[in-house]
Amino acid sequence: MTALPHVGPATAEAGAAPEREWRPPSYWPFVIPALVVVLAVIVFPWAFTIWMSLNEWKVGSPTTFVGLANYLRLPKDPRFVEAVAHTLVYTALSVLLPLVFGTFAAVVFHMNFLGRGVLRAIFIMPMMATPVAIALIWTMMFHPQLGVLNYLLSLVGLPPQLWVFHPSTVIPSLVLVETWQWTPLVMLIVLGGIAAIPAEPYESAQLDGASLWQMFRYITLPLIAPFLFIAAMIRMIDAVKSFDIIFAITQGGPGSASETINLYLYSVAFTYYDLGYGSAIAVILFLLIVALAALLLHLRRRAQWTETGGGA
Amino acid sequence: MAAPTFAADIALCYLRLEKNKTAGEKQRMEKSGISRRAVLAGTAAAGAMGFARFPARAAEPQWKKFAGTKLEVILAKGPRGDNLQRYAKEFTELTGIQVESEQIPEQQQRQKVVIELASGKPSFDVIHLSYHVQKRQFEKAGWLANLSGYMKDANLTAPDLVESDFSAAGLQYARNDKGQMLSLPWSVDYFILYYNKEMFQKKGIEIPKTLDEMVLAAEKLTDPKEGTFGFVGRGLRNANMTLWTNFFLNYGGEFLDAKGNILTDGPEAIEATKLYQRLLTKVAPPGVAGFNWMESMAAFTQGRAAMWIDGVGWAPPLEDPAASRIVGKVGYTIVPAGPKGKYSATYGDGIGVAQACPNKEAAYLLCQWLVSKTQGARLLQAGGGVPFRNSVLDDSDTRKGVKLPQEWLQSAIDSAKISKLGLPVIIPVAEFRDIVGAALTATLSGADPATELKKAHEQFRPILERSEKT
Repeated sequence: MTALPHVGPATAEAGAAPEREWRPPSYWPFVIPALVVVLAVIVFPWAFTIWMSLNEWKVGSPTTFVGLANYLRLPKDPRFVEAVAHTLVYTALSVLLPLVFGTFAAVVFHMNFLGRGVLRAIFIMPMMATPVAIALIWTMMFHPQLGVLNYLLSLVGLPPQLWVFHPSTVIPSLVLVETWQWTPLVMLIVLGGIAAIPAEPYESAQLDGASLWQMFRYITLPLIAPFLFIAAMIRMIDAVKSFDIIFAITQGGPGSASETINLYLYSVAFTYYDLGYGSAIAVILFLLIVALAALLLHLRRRAQWTETGGGA
Repeated sequence: MAAPTFAADIALCYLRLEKNKTAGEKQRMEKSGISRRAVLAGTAAAGAMGFARFPARAAEPQWKKFAGTKLEVILAKGPRGDNLQRYAKEFTELTGIQVESEQIPEQQQRQKVVIELASGKPSFDVIHLSYHVQKRQFEKAGWLANLSGYMKDANLTAPDLVESDFSAAGLQYARNDKGQMLSLPWSVDYFILYYNKEMFQKKGIEIPKTLDEMVLAAEKLTDPKEGTFGFVGRGLRNANMTLWTNFFLNYGGEFLDAKGNILTDGPEAIEATKLYQRLLTKVAPPGVAGFNWMESMAAFTQGRAAMWIDGVGWAPPLEDPAASRIVGKVGYTIVPAGPKGKYSATYGDGIGVAQACPNKEAAYLLCQWLVSKTQGARLLQAGGGVPFRNSVLDDSDTRKGVKLPQEWLQSAIDSAKISKLGLPVIIPVAEFRDIVGAALTATLSGADPATELKKAHEQFRPILERSEKT
């Protein structure tokens, strides 16, 4: 570059580009802090987790490299296979139910009625409470003999249930708590979406004689779909890695009927101290979250395409 | 039941359970005040007081030798931890050693201890350890200092602290296979039978002496329409193992054979599981599969269960009017005998010194003080634990100071005579409890005991083999 001390206006532009490449990158000092933080708190732990998953790594015993042996143990481990199934059922229910109830609540809270502000505030309260505190209160309410839920059932003539104290009802009962706590979040997201919809389509639909259901189905729902996807994504990630509520209420029981991947991972790593195998489970859990998130994004793109296609 | 009464029941039960902590605390404080007087009276008679309860011989340990040292102690949350923290100042006055301590809930404390010890640089010197879970793991990893030499050193050990003063179970827990003392046994947890005297009297039923009698009594005492049941106990996976092993041992079961193979699929285990299944499905409250000690205790204190087998340490809340509806009506006795044995499944905790601790002798002094007769008496009198030392249990002044029913104390003394380790001494105790415990819980939903135990056995065997190899 030093060979070109004088350049004419025509060549200046062409010569400037390579010259910039050789300039010391002035942005580096600004990038380094963020880069260090990302490397230290995200990349390094992940790389280390993957490294641990390739080793027989038991606390108090020497470490040995075992390659993919920990991953090969997974499909043969009945508790892990069960935990995957529990996680998928728990996640599906914990995403669907808050979405349905949250959307319904958003439609209701979008209407004008007396005391709406106060009721909205009350409605979002569960979301603000500490999960473990909630879990303890629900544990009391679920108690088959002393709990208030069975008392309420008895008032309407229904037989007492075993709730979280029976393997067949434990996951739906836990989902009930999850739904109670996280429906408000979905409501808030969807409410934002509904508020952004212009009034014209509704006016036009009313003139055309559309029913309330038709307006919801053909106007509201397509227009809030992107918001629903965001809510579904947040709920899904949260539900897959849910730990606090399940641990505090059932610790994965009765038996292992509510043991999700995250709970099993915790037991393996911190109760059995098998860090290598625990890391392999952590990697699989991460891949599952990525796969489910990718699936949702794919569905979202398809939905948007349909909207555009439908509009065209 | 009328609606308001039921609602009040629910609120009362849980509020009381919660409140129980504070009420229990207060009770312990009061009791410890009284017990101090009792201890002092007894000590005065012996011509000594406070820590001078160690007989004043020429070989009195040099308590002040390590004055100025600072020790860190990690404790599991509970009455033992409270006991140390409440009286640590007395230890500092005696020795000049500063004590910093931290109490953490049991599960988390176990994890923290293991992870820090494995790192080689633990932040603590003295460890409160859970024998039935951690014994083998700690021994194999070499995390604990050998205290045998210190125990023989007259400059470090009071003359009354001798190995033979600890109960057999305590010594089994504290000694490694070379006979070295790696910790000092602190508090033992015998499983006993709690029963509701009033319910038994109403039906005119005798207190069961055998497991068969217990089942028959439980059947007679069960009335689902009234919401009362003959028996309650732990059904929750892992926690349930501590109850089941009482049956297993009394059916003649042994955990391991001579080669170290696990034996939980044999005929004794199957019979014990059938009994467990029968009790928890036919004569226990519905939902018991999810019950840990807390739910079981709630059913018992509310007068809804006639019998409960669990650790000896639950007497204070049962006798606390703020937490229990059956104060003064609780009977205490040993676990009924089985066809091939008469045992109380025993668990316990100890206090040891980390191998990595730079001030092992000072740390040993603290361990010794914690298991001293004075501290043991305080622990017993407060109902916060049963010391492993026979001299504490046999001391008449100490016994007089116990405010809980003498029947309770007697059940602890009787259990000591029939105590047997309640879990196998292996490294993967937690996996064992989880896997076999899940099999037991499955039988509560109708699964066949033999099939479930076989499955659990197949699942656990390779884990045990792997743990012994590494």
